Amino acid sequence: MSRKSLRWLLPAAALPILALLAYGFRVNHRDIPSPLVNRPAAPFVLTSYAGEPMSLEANKGRVVVVNFWASWCMPACYEEAPVLERNWRTYKDKGVVVLGVNIQDKPEAARKFIDQFSLTFPNALDPAGKVSIDYGVYGVPETFFIDARGRIRAKHAGAVTDTVFQREVDRLLAEPR
Amino acid sequence: MIPELGHGAVIVGGLLAFYGAIAAAIAGRTGRTALLESAQHAALGVFGLVTFSMLLLVYAFLTFDFSVRYVALNTNLQTPYYYRITALWGALEGSIVLWAWMLALYTLIVILRHRHNARELYSWVLTTMLGVVAFFLLVMAVPAPPFERLSPIPANGRGLNPLLEDSGMITHPVALYLGFTGFTVPFAFAIAALATGRVGDRWITLTRRWTIVAWYFLSLGLLIGGWWSYHVLGWGGYWAWDPVENAAFMPWLTGTAFLHSVMIQERRRMLKLWNIGLVILTFALTLFGTFLTRSGVIASVHAFTQGSIGIFFLSFLSLVVLASLALLAWRWEALGAEGELDSVVSRESAFLLNNVLLVAATFTVFFGTVFPLLSEAVRGVKVSVGMPFFNSVNIPVFLSLIFLMGVGPLIAWRRASRDNLRRNFFWPVVAGVVSAAIFYAAGVRSTLAVLSLALTVFVTATVAVDYVRATRARLRMGESLLPAMGGLLVRHNRRYGGFAIHLGILVIAVGVTGSQAWSLHREATLKKGEAVELAGYKFQFDGLAAREASNHFVVESTFTVTNGKAHAEAMRPAKKFYPQEQSPIAHVDYRLGFMEDLYLVLGDFERDGSQATVKMQVNRMVSWIWIGGLVLTLGTVLAILPDRKKLA
Repeated sequence: MSRKSLRWLLPAAALPILALLAYGFRVNHRDIPSPLVNRPAAPFVLTSYAGEPMSLEANKGRVVVVNFWASWCMPACYEEAPVLERNWRTYKDKGVVVLGVNIQDKPEAARKFIDQFSLTFPNALDPAGKVSIDYGVYGVPETFFIDARGRIRAKHAGAVTDTVFQREVDRLLAEPR
Repeated sequence: MIPELGHGAVIVGGLLAFYGAIAAAIAGRTGRTALLESAQHAALGVFGLVTFSMLLLVYAFLTFDFSVRYVALNTNLQTPYYYRITALWGALEGSIVLWAWMLALYTLIVILRHRHNARELYSWVLTTMLGVVAFFLLVMAVPAPPFERLSPIPANGRGLNPLLEDSGMITHPVALYLGFTGFTVPFAFAIAALATGRVGDRWITLTRRWTIVAWYFLSLGLLIGGWWSYHVLGWGGYWAWDPVENAAFMPWLTGTAFLHSVMIQERRRMLKLWNIGLVILTFALTLFGTFLTRSGVIASVHAFTQGSIGIFFLSFLSLVVLASLALLAWRWEALGAEGELDSVVSRESAFLLNNVLLVAATFTVFFGTVFPLLSEAVRGVKVSVGMPFFNSVNIPVFLSLIFLMGVGPLIAWRRASRDNLRRNFFWPVVAGVVSAAIFYAAGVRSTLAVLSLALTVFVTATVAVDYVRATRARLRMGESLLPAMGGLLVRHNRRYGGFAIHLGILVIAVGVTGSQAWSLHREATLKKGEAVELAGYKFQFDGLAAREASNHFVVESTFTVTNGKAHAEAMRPAKKFYPQEQSPIAHVDYRLGFMEDLYLVLGDFERDGSQATVKMQVNRMVSWIWIGGLVLTLGTVLAILPDRKKLA
């Protein structure tokens, strides 16, 4: 290529960026497939911010909603926190448990977040990021719905809404144990 | 009838703008003045029609015409009249109307100011401006029609998003859009320079004030947005690196780079290509911002609705970027530098470094903003990049920029001698080092805070050194002190306006540093009569009260705040319940102070008023950010004053 024609690389360089933006239209931000769906959920044992053990094992036989979050995740985690708390209060006597896994966060900021939304379901820091790796977490927030037999049945990326929570949980509750 | 009239005005306006753009382009190629006249008349007509349709929309709001979908979605019978006017730009369709109107207005001002003094560039400027206006009118006509009818007609509307019922929301979009649209003018001149091959200094001289004005409005829009976030959203912060904040910040960064790099072209005839590139980039980023906000491609708090509008914006963005860069490639030879860099220790290189840093910051912000999309496209994996990324990458860049802010204006052009360096920087460096020691001794332990504050002192000292020296020179000429000081500002308004803007940025930087380093917060659940302490203040919970407001229901708490002095103050953070919203909206109560703000947010409460959770914050030095905005305003006014030297 002659030096003279090299200059046309300038407009050509913009093409990949524009293509990337166009790709954005094809993406549904809420729907990300996970190879883990219908597989057994990876076990974990963490210590909650209240100082108690928080594990998947201890909740066998219940429908478990595992929510991955961080206090710096604005605004999605802030939108869904009241939703999770509200639904946890509604469903906790029906055999449903919500577990919050706090990732890539400072404990002080996370505690502030928990206080801000007066979260009453257990939340624990994932100190080494092991749990989030086991669950293949891409970003925050992500929520996994685990059935009474310990299998991941659905995954939701982005803020959980009442509709999503209730649809997934009701479906799993309706199944025979 | 009125909505049809409005829609009709949009369509005719769009066709007229398109015609005007073509006519001006033909006039540009053939020099036919009659066609150029015709294009000017078309621009005038476009302005009239857009104004007319905007007024019709305001009228529909004022008269509660719920047969118009946009009105029904963004007001209800309880919305007070001033928010009915500002609801015009409260959502997608109306914000495009405001945008188009501002563009049409800018086009008109360009015609009035430049039809005689920029003859050679003028017709292509007009083509570009009208082309952009035509695009926005196309958006108003097809994917986002503000006058779309709603059937059946509802008895009441849904109402404005309650978070937008705030004075900050009246002014924030207006300032921001004036900034965004303002960059169309320098862009149009850059395109005209490329189209005509006159890529010399003329287009830069003509657009200097335009660029400063657009840059200023963008700054103001960002600051008001921060203020809104701070006193409305209730998280106690003013900046979150949200994609849409980033979208407004990126053109600000490149616009800032451009304001500095033009000085090198004016002085040394270098960087012609770079300058045109920066203007194209800045304008493209303003479009990118609009695209991001309105396409739903990247999820964000600010995001408007999704729809086909994203495709329109992306197509236009592609057209603008590809066509401009192709023009740039075509004029490659004409854009070579006439001067060259003589030394690394010179003002040119300080400015160059400033530009590299600003563009690098733009790139990192862009990268962080589109990263979720990129990672999803490449790996099929979604990753979000949060505050930690943006802060850790940008803080060193911004600190370096502050350092350069001290060096750039004083270091010599071409090659700085030892003497030049000693004369200008000895005392400022001493002041910076001594202040660092003082801050450390005073108990500041954060390295970043010490560095940032010491750099601020260094830069302030450079400005002081320059000003004192220039004043002394005038005193030696026999002037007395005050006229000498004032005369300097007026005579060298560009230089001292720039300095004042720098000082404004420094004040903002101190505010950001202080608020990050020293703010305190605490959250507590209090029974009635209980109190907690934070930073020497005692907050006592006195109870709750509920009342009905015009369009919502309020639960208000009362706290008595004392700080050891006799005077006690009542603060009343509240929660507002709007019928159209599912969750209540926090109403922050705050007391602004020079060194610290008190900031209370009401959390959960018992319905009987016996107990409430409250978030208390003592935010340090946040007011400096807003004060910096005022300094910035004064500096801008000074910088764009008519040039006295030439008038005299």
